[in-house]
Amino acid sequence: MGDPMHAKCPVTRNLIEFQGVTKRYGKGQAAIRALDGIDFSISQGEFVAVMGPSGSGKSTCMNILGCLDTPSSGTYLFDGVAVGSLSQDQRAILRRHCLGFIFQGFNLLSRTSALENVELPLIYRKVPVRERRRMAHKALAAVGLENWCHHTPGELSGGQQQRVAIARAIVSEPRLLLADEPTGNLDTVRSREIMEMLAGFNRDQGLTIVMVTHETEMAAYAARRIHFLDGHLVDNTQETEGA
Amino acid sequence: MMFWETYLLAQRAIRRNVLRSSLTVLGIVIGVAAVIAMVTLGSGATAKVTGDISKLGSNMLHVRPGQGMRGPGGARASAAPFKVEDADAIEHTVAGLMAVAPTVTVARQAISGSANWSTSVTGTTPAFLDIKGWQLEEGRSFTPGEVRSGKAVCLLGQTVKKQLFENDAATGTAIRLGKIAFKVIGTLKEKGQSSFGTDQDDIVIIPLRTLQRRMKGNTDVSAIMVSADDGVSTETVKADIERLMRERRGIKPNAEDDFNVRDMKEIIDTLTGTTKVLTALLASVAGVSLLVGGIGIMNIMMVSVTERTREIGTRLAIGALARDVLMQFLVESVVLSSFGGVIGIVFGLSAAGIGANLIGVPFIFKPGIVACAFLFSGAVGVVFGYFPARRAARLDPIVALRYE
Repeated sequence: MGDPMHAKCPVTRNLIEFQGVTKRYGKGQAAIRALDGIDFSISQGEFVAVMGPSGSGKSTCMNILGCLDTPSSGTYLFDGVAVGSLSQDQRAILRRHCLGFIFQGFNLLSRTSALENVELPLIYRKVPVRERRRMAHKALAAVGLENWCHHTPGELSGGQQQRVAIARAIVSEPRLLLADEPTGNLDTVRSREIMEMLAGFNRDQGLTIVMVTHETEMAAYAARRIHFLDGHLVDNTQETEGA
Repeated sequence: MMFWETYLLAQRAIRRNVLRSSLTVLGIVIGVAAVIAMVTLGSGATAKVTGDISKLGSNMLHVRPGQGMRGPGGARASAAPFKVEDADAIEHTVAGLMAVAPTVTVARQAISGSANWSTSVTGTTPAFLDIKGWQLEEGRSFTPGEVRSGKAVCLLGQTVKKQLFENDAATGTAIRLGKIAFKVIGTLKEKGQSSFGTDQDDIVIIPLRTLQRRMKGNTDVSAIMVSADDGVSTETVKADIERLMRERRGIKPNAEDDFNVRDMKEIIDTLTGTTKVLTALLASVAGVSLLVGGIGIMNIMMVSVTERTREIGTRLAIGALARDVLMQFLVESVVLSSFGGVIGIVFGLSAAGIGANLIGVPFIFKPGIVACAFLFSGAVGVVFGYFPARRAARLDPIVALRYE
């Protein structure tokens, strides 16, 4: 299986593969199946929108995708690595090197400059200071905030804050970007800006994105939409080859 | 994560909430400052006691009947008193002595005109002044004739002089000690308080024989003061005196001494022992406040972990290991507590400096205790930071990210 840090795979393989993934919470009679035998795969370079009402299992699915949680049964292969068999620390290292996260509430460190926020993942990657600074500047430039480096989140608008968060997510050039309701706290104009930006990264740099949203308009930016209902995948509108 | 990064991170987290951080640190500051001040003042007091006693003459020995400080007071009372002959025997038999002075002390009322003052009257020989290193301010000491015949003459300490005469001349006048009239032939220079806390100037000195005959009506001597020549070991002198006195008092080979010979070293040890115990006691009380300060840090770190749950979740999501988070919070509490330690050391030393000035003891800087206090404050950070840090490290990132 190899070290997840150095796992490099041929592009032809699916980046993400769910094989009968089930997630149960609780025990016995009271057990709830948040995910009930899900099969699907996502290839490198896809932009996927995950939709569904609350309690449908999409959050659980995102947690598993983000290697924050592991399936109760079934297999989740990330780039050919069975995530369920990794230890907590190994999963943290996998996240550190291969994943980027964007949250609905931005989750930036308060009273900390945009630049330092963006540098955060690189600190855990032990990137030397000078290199780190250069990469962070580049990432902030990529989201159009090169002139806002030294502003703290409190001095930035919601849209700008989310752009800082995007810069933080892409600064380490992840294999997969996970976005959990990235436009949930933003107005329509800012939402569209953010979506354009994400779609741009997907189109220009081939960044693989999986995004949870309940807004159809935002989901439309994605090439592929997956619907969850009661722990099942009900609708898989896709143009490419499927599970 | 690299240590330096963790340190910077901790520093930033502390700076994010300056007021709270400083209040948190206050407990440690007070604790460390108290310990440092206590220990520094304590060593100053010890040094002063040692210095004062050395000034009295480190070559001085006291010979007293009884078993001294070892047993209960009864032993001393039952032992036969010395006589002047004992003092003479010591002077003539023991080698390497500078001076020997037999003494007897009684309490008497000193009266001059309408003024009166209760003081202690010491009967002795002029050698007493040499042994003590006391000097005359004016007048003269006793002549051998006055000593031999037991004349009613006296020397006044400064306190007695001031009480009886204020600023008037004392020498040449007459005072009464109890019912007996004495002629004042001189006054002693001011010596100040002794380390024992007694006023060394509250004294009247008269010839030994005068006191024996006219006040006590016997020939007893209550203590013999001996001073060894410079360069002569007090140990040797002490052993010689002990041998001589056992012989003179007819003590059997296996029996214990019914007298004691104490040199200044023993007195210094006794007294510094007391101040050291007191210092240790005060320092440990101060140490308790360090502990309380530590609990304060733990409390705030717990709050901080709860407050920053989402931050912890974010860090875990973007690839921090549980031990990175543990280190982050641990380093934060250690930085807080050792910062408090440094401030406490500064405050403690300043307080000790001022205090030493006020109570008149030397300021003694002890690097050992400063280093100790610093390390201890750091250790407080580790001990009391560990629990909150572990709690942070054990957070489930999924739960932490959703925390409101």
